[in-house]
Amino acid sequence: MTDDQIAAQLAVLGAGVMGVSITTLALGHGLPVLLIDVDATKLDQAHIDIAKQLRLAQLMGARSAEESIGELVTSTSVHDATEATAVIEAITEVVELKSKSLSELSAVVRPGTLLVSNTSSIPIDELAESLARPDELIGVHFMNPPYLIETVEVIRGAHTSDATMEAVTSLLAILGRKAVVVRDAPGFVTSRILHPMINDAVRVVQTGTATASAVDALMQGCLGHRTGPLRTADLIGLDNLVDSLRVLHERTGDPGCLPCELLLDKVRQGHLGRKSGRGFYQYGEALP
Amino acid sequence: MSLSASRIPDSTDAIEQNLLRYLQSRTTTRWEPDRDLFATGGLSSLFAMELVVYLEKSFDVSIMGADLRLDNFRTVHAMTALVRRLQAHRAGGSGA
Repeated sequence: MTDDQIAAQLAVLGAGVMGVSITTLALGHGLPVLLIDVDATKLDQAHIDIAKQLRLAQLMGARSAEESIGELVTSTSVHDATEATAVIEAITEVVELKSKSLSELSAVVRPGTLLVSNTSSIPIDELAESLARPDELIGVHFMNPPYLIETVEVIRGAHTSDATMEAVTSLLAILGRKAVVVRDAPGFVTSRILHPMINDAVRVVQTGTATASAVDALMQGCLGHRTGPLRTADLIGLDNLVDSLRVLHERTGDPGCLPCELLLDKVRQGHLGRKSGRGFYQYGEALP
Repeated sequence: MSLSASRIPDSTDAIEQNLLRYLQSRTTTRWEPDRDLFATGGLSSLFAMELVVYLEKSFDVSIMGADLRLDNFRTVHAMTALVRRLQAHRAGGSGA
């Protein structure tokens, strides 16, 4: 496939935080996007959030006011993705849900269509098990927010073909992303290192050693962490972080990956981070 | 909900004081009008979008095109200048 063919019709599955902001990234680079979610309410909200995110991307210099914006179409059915030339799955970080959705998508699209999972920690080979054509699947771990963070982690599974590697390289180049390719493993590189570290940062707050803002101030001021681990946690979404830590713990046995009680408690209370308006920090109204 | 025209701050001093109060309430920190809000140790650059929305709602301006860039929001002085310019442009452009 040529670059133009790959970018002709991108489908994104899942209108959560990541699916919506990946859609923003693609639209901001002029690609037409079909955004799919079973929840029509989420799709309505996506239109509003994407408009705000496109403005934020421009504000931060990630796109210019002169660039054209791609057309957004939304749907509640994966069956509308038959004409897709590339698909990005960005649903909840639960292996059964992702496997089911990828399997459905793979059955709908034409053979040879690039199939991307935006997983933050589930091994690509596990997800590929559910597919009739596992060679078409590759992992791309976009960082949040994807329309602002240029570098992405690309995970090549054992079955991923050269053609799939070439297709994803083309797509990411069109999207202006810098890809770093790694081998498959639980949490790959970024989540394997970052998520247990955030869990430890939460434990420090839980035991009363320091407040969240003190932890972040030290990690920023002394160690050069860009936002601090607890602001990063709020940005990731505390529920997503718990899901990812569980994936890591189940597959590595590392006790440092067992979500700590304060993290679980915040999720139980619905304090999920920026997206709910409150996590380790207060954000006023929920931010897209 | 929109503010009536008479309640929208439109002098440099009123806009500046309004912004300083807003920043203090949102960040629990006192800010100087010429301090870079996004420099090391300052605010997350994602907060800039909150500032865009706040300016539009509070001062009845639309921030679009080339004005939508971070440098216009780095300091209270820069935001005040932007609001004053947009308010002046709107008044001039309305034919009033």
